[in-house]
Amino acid sequence: MSTPIYQLKRVDFIFKDEKDWKEILKNSINRPAHELINELISSELKGRGGAGFPTGLKWKLAAEVDDPIKYVICNADEGEPGTFKDREILSKVPLKVLTSMAVCGHVIGSKEGYIYLRGEYFFLQPELNKSIGEFKDYCNEINFDFTIKIFMGSGAYICGEETALFESMEGKRGEPRNKPPFPSTFGYLGKPTVINNVETLAHCYTIFEYGSKRFYDLGVQYSRGSKLFSVSGDTPKPGIYELELGMSLVDFVDEFGDGDTKAVQVGGASGFLVPRKGFRETTIGFQGKLTGISLPTGGSMMLFNSSRSMYNVLDNYLEFFREESCGQCTPCRVGCQQLLNGIKAVKRGEKNAQYLNKLMRLTETMQYTAKCGLGQSVANSFSAIVENFREEMIY
Amino acid sequence: MINLTINNKKFQVEEGTTIFDAAKLNNILIPHFCYMENVHQIGSCRICVVEVEGGKTLMASCVTPATEGMVVHTNSERVRDVRKVIFELMLSDHPKECLSCWRNQNCELQDLGNLIQLHEFRYEGAKSKDVVDSSSPSIVRDSSKCILCRRCVTVCNEIQGVGLMNPHHRGFSTFIGPSEDELLGESVCTNCGQCVLVCPVGALKEKDSTAAVWEALYDKSKTVVVQTAPAVRAALGEVFAYEPGTLVTGKMAAALHQLGFDYVFDTNFAADLTIMEEGSEFLERVTNAFTTKEKDHVLPMITSCSPGWIKFMEHRYPDQLAHLSSCKSPHMMLGALTKTYFAEKMNINPAKLYVVSVMPCTAKKFEITRPEMFSNGLADVDAVITTRELGRMIKDAGIDFRSLEDGEFDSPLGLSSGAADIFGTTGGVMEAALRTVHELVTGRELPGIKLHIKPLTGLSRIKTAELKIENPLPAYSFLNGVIVKVAVTSGLKGAAELLEQIKNGTSPYHFIEIMGCPGGCISGGGQPRPVNDAIRTMRLEAIYREDEGKLLRKSHENVDIQMLYRDFLGVPLGHKSHELLHTVYTQRSKN
Repeated sequence: MSTPIYQLKRVDFIFKDEKDWKEILKNSINRPAHELINELISSELKGRGGAGFPTGLKWKLAAEVDDPIKYVICNADEGEPGTFKDREILSKVPLKVLTSMAVCGHVIGSKEGYIYLRGEYFFLQPELNKSIGEFKDYCNEINFDFTIKIFMGSGAYICGEETALFESMEGKRGEPRNKPPFPSTFGYLGKPTVINNVETLAHCYTIFEYGSKRFYDLGVQYSRGSKLFSVSGDTPKPGIYELELGMSLVDFVDEFGDGDTKAVQVGGASGFLVPRKGFRETTIGFQGKLTGISLPTGGSMMLFNSSRSMYNVLDNYLEFFREESCGQCTPCRVGCQQLLNGIKAVKRGEKNAQYLNKLMRLTETMQYTAKCGLGQSVANSFSAIVENFREEMIY
Repeated sequence: MINLTINNKKFQVEEGTTIFDAAKLNNILIPHFCYMENVHQIGSCRICVVEVEGGKTLMASCVTPATEGMVVHTNSERVRDVRKVIFELMLSDHPKECLSCWRNQNCELQDLGNLIQLHEFRYEGAKSKDVVDSSSPSIVRDSSKCILCRRCVTVCNEIQGVGLMNPHHRGFSTFIGPSEDELLGESVCTNCGQCVLVCPVGALKEKDSTAAVWEALYDKSKTVVVQTAPAVRAALGEVFAYEPGTLVTGKMAAALHQLGFDYVFDTNFAADLTIMEEGSEFLERVTNAFTTKEKDHVLPMITSCSPGWIKFMEHRYPDQLAHLSSCKSPHMMLGALTKTYFAEKMNINPAKLYVVSVMPCTAKKFEITRPEMFSNGLADVDAVITTRELGRMIKDAGIDFRSLEDGEFDSPLGLSSGAADIFGTTGGVMEAALRTVHELVTGRELPGIKLHIKPLTGLSRIKTAELKIENPLPAYSFLNGVIVKVAVTSGLKGAAELLEQIKNGTSPYHFIEIMGCPGGCISGGGQPRPVNDAIRTMRLEAIYREDEGKLLRKSHENVDIQMLYRDFLGVPLGHKSHELLHTVYTQRSKN
């Protein structure tokens, strides 16, 4: 496949200080909505939660709906295994996020924002509330009507899925809704809603601060800008890094690996597992015609070295999904469990190796028929592990 | 209009139509499972997925609206392939004990299997649930068979507003039911059985009483009496492949005689009696309201024939119980009379009488266990079987139902009026009561075509009517010009709406009829499956046909009722009536 053109480039936007937030807020809300939307659209910022929906378009769609009540929601239900960047953003530069939420409120015509905070992040709440208070004071000072509240999640992974998140906020069982309708017309409480990941909002701040061009100039076609990566696993330097999108995985492993990396899990348990032989041809970013094999990620990069059993890795993922599936649709609810049973049976020798092929068909069914991204994504890691580490699965 | 292509054919459908409906309108059947027309469309089972060109994944056709230019394939290789796998996954967490399952041959999972044709089980494994809860006298929940389609969740929450059946836990451990350690029998369950009616498999079923009835039939020392509710005759035929809405009154009576019941009585007789008692009670309350200054009258009065509704009221509105008519439900009245009036008349020891009620209802199974439903230590009714259970008994006995000659009900508790027939449908009790009350007050027939009160018929959730009293008889002169306001609802969500009005003091009504099940007893929890609005309508029409076909249309003209009062009860609301035909209610906890 194509030779990587872009080297690993560190960037420092997200955690750059937020001292100018008042000015940025004031300037932005004095700009007309369409201008801000165009700014975002020309930046080509895509959702940093992992799904990569164009942010400008998302705001535009919600802005176009005629409704006196709309909501802005910051998705801080950071639950994907191996990702921990949103926590850092909310503790280091919360005012960036709050500012972007308010600007979004201005753009779409909403006066209420919520931060859906992961249950396990309860410890962030006091500091965050202080920032919200400070922010509110300034909004009052400049006579800008926008209120932000924190809504605490209760620990279910699935509530990071946007429609399940709405259900949870409405006091219901957190389960994904059918789409359409989409949040831009029918979101929280049935009202037009923009829901953005924490990091996406932080990037919006960068764009409002420096203009879309500075952002657009980073990255590659279809994958513009920078991105935070949560690096973990078998690496001498775990941590959070802001890197340009479009990097080659081989460069990434050169930088972060321990010299013995046999696979990288890109995008957490629901993401993609790339074996060593695929490093060279894989880039990190959003799918596009020119980028070859390009993997999107919410930011989780887990490195496995040769001491790791890929059977155990898969077993662990399936155990996770089996438990975190909302339990609504058949393929995901039953599928995850039967996959787990299936690999155990093969490992114990109760089923022969060919059974793995039958399990692959099961994951394919889940990919095509599960109601939401959770069930659909199980196939990603499963097929990569079974195809590339077949021997480890059997013996 | 929307243009779309399904399986290479072009169609036009109205905007908002789902892919599933668009296909159905054009005679393309998409295999489906959890879907229930107009009631339950959540896309959880995923059996109805189809391929939409350009889509990354397949779409659940029951929840995906058709859009302009959409190209759909319902039978592509991929669709058929994944459908099979999903069905297999369903079966992998379902016991394969079909032959001993009471839903054998009457199971939607088996029906689906006939369509999908699976010949091997590739995915075997863990079973997620094994709890069997038989704590309720009405309903048994066998979680091992539950397929998590969530139809019961929808009816319990959206239609009945009881909110007891819900998903709990997550992932593979998800189960549907009351919360973890709560038993149905100790919960706020109203026993309405609407969940049982929609369960596609054997996970929710009525508690079977046929064994007890067989035992009584075989016991030579017992005189076994059976009675049948108005709605049973309009639906029993469906068990024997008759069109919905076929009346099988005569064949039913004949079958009951063949099964060995000594006497076959008609609950309709007691429905007429209920009108006498409840109508008199209403008049008494109204008289108090209009002639005395004391505020001891409680209006509106609400009917009390539906035990599911009664239990709902006792839990949800324990401080409003005085609004309930004190009348027992008709079959309880008939049971009490069988063990007193009839026993006396026939010189039978009441302890040797065994009374069976055939009911469209699962809540009646609970009702007979209430302590108020015992007189002199004897149960008014000994066993309740549903329409479905009677169907099973008839089949079990080898009776060729379709070829039976029509039989008759036995005297003296068998004769009934058309007013009693319509007890089986929503609006019927109210109409029957007003036929009698209007005539008692004015001396003239209830106005209206064929004695019907048009606004009270049909399947709307809340129906209301006003009846102006003109030129009453001298005894009721105080009612001259009064407009009597009535309301009718079926299904407990509507009931809650009317009760909230009462609670807030804003209810404009004098008299309210409430039936626990949507449509009334014709679609009670004990009726044959399936039930949908089309079938409800056919059963409802049958009930009105039965009414209109009778010469006797008003309860107070039933000569056997008149004889009963003359020979035994005395007058409506008299001492004997209070002892045998009226009851009291219990305040129950809200959760």
